[in-house]
Amino acid sequence: SNFIIKQWYQRRVAITAGGFYTGGSIVCDLNCEKIHYIADNIYCCGAGTAADTEFTTRMVSSKMELLKLRTGREGRVISALRMLKQYLFRYQGYISAALVLGGVDVTGPALYTVYPHGSTDKLPYVTMGSGSLAAMSVFEDRYKLNMEEEEAKALVCDAIKAGIINDLGSGSNVDITVIRKGEVEVFRPYQVVCQKSQRQGDYTFPRGTTVVTNTTEMVPFSALQVTDEEVMEL
Amino acid sequence: KQWYQRRVAITAGTLGSYGSLARFRDIQRLMKVNDSTIIGGFGDYADFQFLMKLLRQQTIDDEVVGDGVYRDAPAIHNWLRCVLYNRRTKFNPLWNTIVVAGKNYGGEPYLGYVDKIGVAFEEKTVATGFGSYIALPMMRKAMDENPDMGVEEAKAVLKRCLRVLFYRDCRSLNRFQIGVVSAGETSISEPMSADTDWSIGANPSGYE
Repeated sequence: SNFIIKQWYQRRVAITAGGFYTGGSIVCDLNCEKIHYIADNIYCCGAGTAADTEFTTRMVSSKMELLKLRTGREGRVISALRMLKQYLFRYQGYISAALVLGGVDVTGPALYTVYPHGSTDKLPYVTMGSGSLAAMSVFEDRYKLNMEEEEAKALVCDAIKAGIINDLGSGSNVDITVIRKGEVEVFRPYQVVCQKSQRQGDYTFPRGTTVVTNTTEMVPFSALQVTDEEVMEL
Repeated sequence: KQWYQRRVAITAGTLGSYGSLARFRDIQRLMKVNDSTIIGGFGDYADFQFLMKLLRQQTIDDEVVGDGVYRDAPAIHNWLRCVLYNRRTKFNPLWNTIVVAGKNYGGEPYLGYVDKIGVAFEEKTVATGFGSYIALPMMRKAMDENPDMGVEEAKAVLKRCLRVLFYRDCRSLNRFQIGVVSAGETSISEPMSADTDWSIGANPSGYE
């Protein structure tokens, strides 16, 4: 499990995610990408089963591109939302993808959350995943309408850090993607929270540790000479 | 529950639920055991009342000895751990999570946690139930940033936690008491409420 959050502030959307993928209780990937590209103006964070989030977002991304080509217009977040929820509902929750979808389109900034069974929410700030409660506590405490960008980035980073530090299923760094009208800024990583420490000493054995009892010289292949050759007839 | 600058603050709601019914909205979940300890109970209220009765008797026993020495917070914490672990071993647990807040004989602040399965530890910040998911991150952050905070600051942090808990925990009530154990006084406040701001709620409409 891992987690992601998003927040809508002042005509832009900041989405952020921790960087962990776990397999049971082992960390599989220390620094994975959880903010998935859906369209140039739409990004999606995925919590739940990693494969499900990866493939679901890829599928919706391709469908959005096809829609863009067909309509000749920039895609809307709501279209991606509809595709996601109809897809996930069809699978009755067996596709364990809990997604936070955000973007800025012609109608303005948009932030939605999609649950594995297909229900959706439209909210100013959302969190999903195992660390969502810790992150939500930060949001509930400090979210205000119409925050400035730096303030929002700091808030969103603190929320992820709360999850990274207090939840065992989350970890690693904070990535932030800020989506504005016409441009997207990716901070990867925005902040390194858990860094693998340096090895304290050199544990390699010095040459000569193992006593050499016998040596045989290996003859290189090129040193061999062909003395007799017979080609088999087929 | 939080340990700050030679004092300890502990807080508990005043709700006694009956499943998902908010049955008793004015119960005391904080108990002042003696001048050095306040305990807070989570879980089965009947079991908590049983423990309160035993602790009250213990305090009377301490007084009757007449040497002016009362059990301090670590002693009560240890006693509770023994009782709770023993009951768990007999497959008849007291279904509680108790937080022991107080000071030891040397006057140093003490904050301990005991569980229905006998898990017991001492920490600077402790929370039970939903609080461990929501309030503990906030309290830990506050302690990291300001380890030597005063009474009012700590109470403010606890109120912030309780406000967020009221926002996010379905089975909660916006009514709580705060207990403080310090060098001077040990007291439990009157029930109070946290200010809540629901103006954000006006914004979202619909689900897509």
